[in-house]
Amino acid sequence: MRENYIGKATNRVDGPLKVTGQAKFAAEFTTSGLLYGVVVSGEIAKGKIDSLDDSEALKVEGVHKVFSHKNRPDIIHYINKKHEDQDSPYGEHFKPFYDEKILFNQQPIALVVAETFEAARHASKLIKIKYSEEPFLTDMQIARLEAKKPDKGKMGWEKPKSRGDAEKSFASAEVKFENEYTTSINTHNPMEMFASTVIYHGPGKLTIYDKTQGVMNSLGYVCNIFDLKKDDVQVLSPYVGGGFGSGLRPQYQLMLATMAALDMKQSVRVVLTRQQMFSFGHRPGSINTFKLGADKSGALTSIYHHVVQETSMFEEYTENIASWSGVAYHCENVDLDHKLAHVNLYTPLDMRAPGAASGMFALECGLDELALKLNMDPIELRLKNFAVNDQAHFHRPHASNELKACYIEGAEKFGWSKRNSKPRSLKDGRKFVGYGMAGGMWEANRQAIQVMAAYNKEGKLTVSSASSDMGTGTYTIMAQMAADSFGLHIDQVKAMIGDSKLPEAPLSGGSWTAASLSHGVIFACDKLKKTLFDSAKGMKNSPLSKSTFEGSVFKEGWVYDKTDLTKKVSLLDILKHEKKDEITETDGENKIMGMIKQMPYSKNTHAAVFVEVKVDEDLGMVEVTKVVSAVAAGKILNPKTARSQILGGVVWGISQALHETNLIDHNFGRIMNHSLAEYHITVQKDVGNIEVIFIDEKDDVTSKMGVKGLGEIGIVGTAAAVANAIYNAIGMRIRELPITPDKLIRAT
Amino acid sequence: MMSDFSFQRAKTPKEAVILLGLHKDNKVIGGGTNLLDMMKEGMTDSHEIIDINRMGLNKIIRNEDGGFLIGASVTNTDLAYHKEIEKHYPLLSKAILKGASPQIRNMATTAGNMLQRTRCYYFYDTATPCNKRNPGSGCPAKTGVNHIHAILGASESCIAVHPSDMCVALAALDAKVHIQGAKAEKIIPFVAFHKLPGNTPHLDNILAHDEIITGVELPANGFAKHHAYVKARERNSYAFALASAAVGYELNDNLLGDVRIALGGVAHKPWRNTEAEIFLKGKLPTKDNFRKAAEIILEGARGYGQNDFKIELAKRVVVRALEMAINNEVQL
Repeated sequence: MRENYIGKATNRVDGPLKVTGQAKFAAEFTTSGLLYGVVVSGEIAKGKIDSLDDSEALKVEGVHKVFSHKNRPDIIHYINKKHEDQDSPYGEHFKPFYDEKILFNQQPIALVVAETFEAARHASKLIKIKYSEEPFLTDMQIARLEAKKPDKGKMGWEKPKSRGDAEKSFASAEVKFENEYTTSINTHNPMEMFASTVIYHGPGKLTIYDKTQGVMNSLGYVCNIFDLKKDDVQVLSPYVGGGFGSGLRPQYQLMLATMAALDMKQSVRVVLTRQQMFSFGHRPGSINTFKLGADKSGALTSIYHHVVQETSMFEEYTENIASWSGVAYHCENVDLDHKLAHVNLYTPLDMRAPGAASGMFALECGLDELALKLNMDPIELRLKNFAVNDQAHFHRPHASNELKACYIEGAEKFGWSKRNSKPRSLKDGRKFVGYGMAGGMWEANRQAIQVMAAYNKEGKLTVSSASSDMGTGTYTIMAQMAADSFGLHIDQVKAMIGDSKLPEAPLSGGSWTAASLSHGVIFACDKLKKTLFDSAKGMKNSPLSKSTFEGSVFKEGWVYDKTDLTKKVSLLDILKHEKKDEITETDGENKIMGMIKQMPYSKNTHAAVFVEVKVDEDLGMVEVTKVVSAVAAGKILNPKTARSQILGGVVWGISQALHETNLIDHNFGRIMNHSLAEYHITVQKDVGNIEVIFIDEKDDVTSKMGVKGLGEIGIVGTAAAVANAIYNAIGMRIRELPITPDKLIRAT
Repeated sequence: MMSDFSFQRAKTPKEAVILLGLHKDNKVIGGGTNLLDMMKEGMTDSHEIIDINRMGLNKIIRNEDGGFLIGASVTNTDLAYHKEIEKHYPLLSKAILKGASPQIRNMATTAGNMLQRTRCYYFYDTATPCNKRNPGSGCPAKTGVNHIHAILGASESCIAVHPSDMCVALAALDAKVHIQGAKAEKIIPFVAFHKLPGNTPHLDNILAHDEIITGVELPANGFAKHHAYVKARERNSYAFALASAAVGYELNDNLLGDVRIALGGVAHKPWRNTEAEIFLKGKLPTKDNFRKAAEIILEGARGYGQNDFKIELAKRVVVRALEMAINNEVQL
């Protein structure tokens, strides 16, 4: 007897392919006569190219062509609008090789195409470039002086809403404090480099293997620029070696490889180097000016959160940093603001929990500081100010909100009651031990999606959609959903994604894939089951002639009448009856209906994260020895992959707190630590045991299954919990991320 | 740049130095963990690469005086986990295991570790000037990203630091370096091997182009009874030292005897200061005395802005290491 897969820890269906190296990534697809492109990166932050001499490069054996602004093909539509993509912020989008202007350091300025990668790489070093430099600014702390409000910002950005009179209530608050919190510029750095392999089939006809979090986005982008027909181009991205948001916009290797392939009428692959992974989007740095006021009981009377966030000179990238301070806690007087500091770097790009990971670092550290002033337990302070409804959005109720349970169950599991609120009170050998906690919040959105379900004569069910699996577990939850819908063993279900020929799907970001896709799979499977049932019922002398679809159940390749299980028809017989090898149906939720149903509610995931640190104060070194992350995210489809999502988020939150930062030399306007040796990411030895708790949470608004999505919530609040734990350990409050030894040494 | 290069294996150290001398861009390769990176980054050209891993220099031999001779090709892993080394020179073993990652240590060799180049960001980025990579072009680190840079012995030309952990222990242990030259072999004190930058920061050490290291000799006293290696760094693995200290001493009737203190991550070479060592001789092993010794070592230290904190950090690292050596504590 088969069991349901939904809600059960289920191994990744793509796991065996990945561990045996059979899962192919964008740079691994090949074809005969494939050419290799290597990108030459610029070396100044602003100015222009005076001369570009490629004569030596062209002499290298095997080199076919060098592309640059000097000889780029005319076929490219250099109209700003054409360079838009589904995740573009407002502004003048960067157009590779457009002209001699340099807009940011490491800008791509030439592409060498050769018969071998080695020849192309060698030749790329022989290109001589002369520049004229112009004055530039890359220091956010200086650019903040000229910070200004965004004109339009980016889709999904919400102008932060103020309410009441925060200034007045702050002035009269019984307990208050103010300070500034700074978050650092971070780079995504997924393991897999950005790569595009463009297979040329003839004029305008291409197959493109691209590293992306949305094949439809890449498809639309290249078709716009190169004036191609969507039917003639197929974009594939079956496996993605991590995205974290970096794949939400098409990166320049896609455009350059496509340009070269179309121009040279040959297949071309372009792979970026690890150094070049620092040449596009990053999590923006932010400066958070924070004021909190409360009465003696701990009730918040005033929240002031003004943000200056860094963006490029050419696009208004904006993320919701301050907004979370208006929804996370109950408070009548809130003053929020968001300004942009324009610098000569590339435009930032969504990175795991964009906005919340920065804004809630400030908010949750601020609450910790306030709790100390109130002599109140940090959890008690949060419970005291629990937001029953969403004050920032018409006082809407939450579709579901088990945040209180996160606090309580998380604290219990962690052993929070043993915490001494007085810093420096606990030691382990030479190290101080500290406990800290923070809350977290993220969106629980669902997007319109189309899914195809197909049942074939081998008795296999296939569900497909042009969605993406960046290691998140998308394949697996699709297979689980479909298997349960048809009562099949998971081995008899195939999930297909990452192909632009499949039914339309949105970008995989914003933690909406699981909710959207699970919703879509139900629609498609239900529609297919209805078609199969109707066919079965219409068969001559059908055992189901008097049955209803509502009264039917699908199991192990049969459709039964629930009320009388002896009445059944084999699905294979239905195929024979229809004289078909396969029956398919495509469906998804009506976009407008979906929005109407969700509109009356605020939809969020919630978390409480508890951290134990050990601090070697003399050496300024911190290790996170224990974490408990309690997450309320509706129905958990697969506890195994869900746990992995949270583990990844927590580890990255630790990394954000302690390690990650782009070290910029402001004299050159250049990121200097552009490698994984020098760009520090948390390693195994920095992290102790992480426990993940999923809180039971019922939700019938966010999606049919009550799924909310887990891609982002794991990181939110984690950095604050680490910073709060460090304070508890040694009594030092570091308000600038990352909390590196230099800052701790200076503070002690 | 990964330009075409030829490759051959030398059978003897003599053959290796002859091959080296044939072209200015001929290079020897040990584990290749640094050389290959530099070639890929376009920092260095190689005309011919000479593999010196099969010349029989992969052994650790006990000398008649009770010391050991470590072959140039012995990997960091083999050296760190060698039973005799663990027993007689635990300081060396511990220092090696604080460096790099297991994968790198499996490849990296003893001589290669000594010859690894600095981790200065500007050295590796051909888009920026660097006197070490391109003599005369300038040193942007002095006014740039320099939180990891030198606080002792730096010059106007260069503020880079030597990144090794192993070398810090070897400096403390008074090791000797065996060198094969074109004409003869020679043996020099380890502390004389690496250079300060001065006006020639492109030269990390005294090795001539046609010379190679054949081995490192350890004297009999490994300070196994009282030693410690402490490393302050930005994460708990796979990060270079902001400051590290290798210490060893003798303790008789609670009085310090012969004392060795070497610092890493603070200068262009592993830093020894005999004045501080002499100061401690005959004194009680107290925190106060240790701090005084640290002050002596860091006297004249200079920061360049972001790395100012390292002056205080280095003192604390020295004190911590001296304290931990009393009971051979291990930094976890």
